[in-house]
Amino acid sequence: MQLAEVQDNRFRPERTLRVRVEFVRQLRRRRTQLAALVLLVLPVIIALAFKVSSETDSSGGGGGGPGRPGGPALVNLATTGATNFALFTEFAAVGFLLVVIVALFCGDTVASEASWASLRYLLAIPVPRARLLRQKLIVALSLSFGANLLLPAWAYLVGGAFFGWAPGQSPLGGTFTTGAALQRLLIVVAYTCVQSLLVAALAFLLSVLTDAPLGAVGGATMLVVVSNILDSITALDPYRRFLPTHFQYSWLDALGQNIIWDDMMRGTGLILVYSAVFFALAWWRFQEKDILS
Amino acid sequence: MGAAAVLVVTAGVFAASVRGSRPAAVTRAQFVAGTPEAGAPVRLDTTVYLPAKTPAPAVLLAHGFGGSKADLDSQARSLARHGYVVLAYTARGFGRSGGLIHLDAPSYEVADASRLVSYLATMPQVRQDSPGNPRVGVAGSSYGGGLSLLLSAYDQRVDAVGADITWNDLTQALFPNAAGGQPGVFKKLWAGQLFASAAGQPRASDQGGACGRFAPNVCAAYQRAASTGEPNTALLALLMASSPAGVLNRITAPTLLSQGEQDSLFPLDQVAANATGIAANGTPVKVIWRSGGHDGGTSTSEVVQYLQDWFDPVLLKQGRADLAFDVTVPGSGISSATGRAVSQTLRVDRGYTQGRTRPVAVGGPAQTIYAPAGGSPAAVTSVPGLGSLLNTAASLTGSPGLAAIPGQVARFASQPLPGRLLVAGTSTVRLSVTARAATDATLFASVHHLAADGTDTLPAGLVAPIRLTGLTPGVPRTVTVSLPAVVRNVPAGDRLVLQVSTTDLAYRLQNAPNSYTVALAAPTVAVATVDGRIVRTGAPWLWLVAGLAAIGLLILGALVAGMRHRRRRRRTVHPELSQVPVAVENLVKEYGDGYRAVDDVTFRVERGQVVGLLGPNGAGKTTTLRVLMGLIRPTSGTVHVFGELIEAGAPVLSRIGSFIEGPGLLPHLTGRDNLRLFWAATGRPARDAQFDTALEISGLGESVDRKVKTFSQGMRQRLAIAQAMLGLPELLVLDEPTNGLDPLQIAEMREVLRRYAATGRTVVISSHLLAEVEQTCSHVVVMHNGRLVAVGSVADIAGAGGIQLVVKDPRQAQEILAAAGVDSQTVPARRSLEDIFIEMVGADHD
Repeated sequence: MQLAEVQDNRFRPERTLRVRVEFVRQLRRRRTQLAALVLLVLPVIIALAFKVSSETDSSGGGGGGPGRPGGPALVNLATTGATNFALFTEFAAVGFLLVVIVALFCGDTVASEASWASLRYLLAIPVPRARLLRQKLIVALSLSFGANLLLPAWAYLVGGAFFGWAPGQSPLGGTFTTGAALQRLLIVVAYTCVQSLLVAALAFLLSVLTDAPLGAVGGATMLVVVSNILDSITALDPYRRFLPTHFQYSWLDALGQNIIWDDMMRGTGLILVYSAVFFALAWWRFQEKDILS
Repeated sequence: MGAAAVLVVTAGVFAASVRGSRPAAVTRAQFVAGTPEAGAPVRLDTTVYLPAKTPAPAVLLAHGFGGSKADLDSQARSLARHGYVVLAYTARGFGRSGGLIHLDAPSYEVADASRLVSYLATMPQVRQDSPGNPRVGVAGSSYGGGLSLLLSAYDQRVDAVGADITWNDLTQALFPNAAGGQPGVFKKLWAGQLFASAAGQPRASDQGGACGRFAPNVCAAYQRAASTGEPNTALLALLMASSPAGVLNRITAPTLLSQGEQDSLFPLDQVAANATGIAANGTPVKVIWRSGGHDGGTSTSEVVQYLQDWFDPVLLKQGRADLAFDVTVPGSGISSATGRAVSQTLRVDRGYTQGRTRPVAVGGPAQTIYAPAGGSPAAVTSVPGLGSLLNTAASLTGSPGLAAIPGQVARFASQPLPGRLLVAGTSTVRLSVTARAATDATLFASVHHLAADGTDTLPAGLVAPIRLTGLTPGVPRTVTVSLPAVVRNVPAGDRLVLQVSTTDLAYRLQNAPNSYTVALAAPTVAVATVDGRIVRTGAPWLWLVAGLAAIGLLILGALVAGMRHRRRRRRTVHPELSQVPVAVENLVKEYGDGYRAVDDVTFRVERGQVVGLLGPNGAGKTTTLRVLMGLIRPTSGTVHVFGELIEAGAPVLSRIGSFIEGPGLLPHLTGRDNLRLFWAATGRPARDAQFDTALEISGLGESVDRKVKTFSQGMRQRLAIAQAMLGLPELLVLDEPTNGLDPLQIAEMREVLRRYAATGRTVVISSHLLAEVEQTCSHVVVMHNGRLVAVGSVADIAGAGGIQLVVKDPRQAQEILAAAGVDSQTVPARRSLEDIFIEMVGADHD
């Protein structure tokens, strides 16, 4: 046995599947473009709906009925200006649309390679397995966080164009200056990014486990929905707060006069634990896995 | 499968929580003798709830006015599960208990409760502090709360008290006067409803008539007050006896006082008087201002939690008593569970205190207001039990609405507040009141919250009635008014509005029309407030720390794994094998289900050879190639490529171009982009790729710029083989390369491979087609059922059966042979490798 000084035709593992290359692979996919389109169109549709409904129905009162959490208050304030419109759009999207989009980006990334059979050719290059996951995760998370950022930012602009740039109003009463409102919006976006880490980790794990992209995306979405359903059963207290989606809406705490960090800290901690476990499982499984697809 | 695993975990949590509920308490219902009334025995209807472990301290539970022990069931079960013997009972005059209602009179209801304490002293399941003296706490809401306070004043055996939403002074509660002094305005709606709820109690005989089960003296006093609106001395004496106010100095048991913030019957000022009076003896007191109340409802679980937290240190000797003053601040946070504005608890660690005020300037001219004749129309602020509902309606319509009738209301507004203000407790203001004609006045003062957007809210729907007598018409009188005790978070920019009106539906109003001039005697309202901190339940930091630790572990694990990997990856080359493109040794691959796809296979491929891996479907060819590409892990045995051991991600794989089990192309990209991106993914310089050569081999022509999803199977196949040849690797591994190609393309492919090998490079192809292997390969490895059948050059193997003689005319040859005395027969010509192959594997096919 001896140390080899083989150049392998200028092959270097640390240069394989660079982030730029993976970005091109993903960005040129139709589903990425569709997701972006949905995110761009949604705020416009919501704004138009508000515009139309406020013209036909000027009373607009009531709205106190039970419904989606936080909904009524945020709905009533949605047309006050850019900030509140962005907040409402975020609220409307965070429960399902953003979950699906993040699940799509992170769940589809490995499983779709497996389903096209291109995974084995990447591994035969060879892209080291851990590196393959890392590069794919960097790109998938970038796209997910990008979606999380794009939606409120775009909704802010759309809201400003439709309803003006009035200062933000807290559902608890009181108003924010534009600077303070943007700061709160940033906190909201940062927290939803952290929350979407859970969906990302879960979808990524499923993506490694299965060769069917639909299974990974749908599975992650389904588990989030199941967690939401269980979370609505108050009889499950005190175990409910360990459900991964329990603190999903804790960013609402950033909308009062004083920001209350407690639940956001809990939510962040919980998500980080779940995500770490899911990511560790994904890596471990992928290292061991026989690639048969 | 992974999804299922996670689901199982979630379901596990669910099951655990369901199983977590502890067994129901054992209950026993029976009658216990109470204080005899008018010479007749009185039986009290009781239920005992026993905990799992006895002896245990006892809790005596009393119900609210008009209720029965059945209302206490869930509360009692919770406490019993927590470890208390609970005795719930129906007070005299209610339900199935006997006797008449005396309004928590010391000689009747309180004496009854004292008998129940004695009864607890006889129970073996109850822990006794000394003979005849059980360890017992007493608790109740409203009527039961009043009884708890009175019992602990009259019976020193009580060790702890939990009184919820109850009164200090019934006279003050039913005839409140915010200007102080004499009894004020009759709270007629509440009084009427309470009377009706008790008068309607079923009773054994129909005696009593309109008084129902009220004791005759109580009934008569009430009826007189209700008709005149003034309490007479008899009623005042009766109410005094039933009020803790006079006996607070006798209470020595630690006392928990919780009061509702939505309560127009016993507002927060009642608890203030109780707390101050009891604390004056040095008795430990805890005060909680909770959400709900007589107008806002009561959460049983919340009350039980308060009781446990209070009773445990005293009765179970567990933990330390928490004497902090807890204030529920409505609308100060947003629930993450429901997303609505919710209350948060403000904690004042030094305990219950009062008197912190902040002056808020209010302004407005003197205003004349009119009291209508007959007291109608009257403002509606709260209706017994519905107070908060009306309040909600008012806040939704965005105007004070029913709570203010034009002409009846004087308003004095503040400027927008410069900062957030928490209104908590009884604020005061000095008013100057001038009656135009009358000598007395009935007025209602309140503080409204006027939001920046114009929404006007009356916090908790509470007003403070003012009754002034002995006025001189035209001469102003200055009075200090205690405004309703409320808790309200007022954001910066909102205003407070002091409102004085002449009517309120809930109170008895004057019949004669009147008018008053109301002015501010001082331009400020002393707004009561509370300094505390928002309760942080649990330690949210811990969660965050746990999360960060988990991520830290993940990163650490990744680093360690990477380091170990790098150490293992230190490249070692087998010296004898360094020039051998492929060396397979004793390769075994067994799948999870025990199926042996490859069983002890050994062969070598030398430089410049075109080696055919031949075998029927399922022979183990593809599995061998997958191991060769590091895609699957062998069960045992090794594969070396140019002397380096193959494992997942081994760098030597970069010297292999592969096509395994069909193409793996990105359907949304063109053929050309597929090749470019694939090469970009290798990270090697673009000039090494030799795209032109590869594209030429693929023979796709113009089609290479179409999207791959439009390609036919054959086109994809050719593109994938071109991809395998990118960079002209030293070893080319092709698995069934000719599937889907037409005969012409197969012939071309054969030529390409031969030329490829001629450059000193090596090709391994697998196939189940004999002809192909025979025509393309120089060497052959024959596999069957995972085992190696034969290895060698095509010529060797084909020649192994001996030499064949081919003749042009078999008939003639046979004749010649026959003449020579040799027997012969003709057989159809067969491809030689096929012969061998069938000979080798045929036995199993039979």
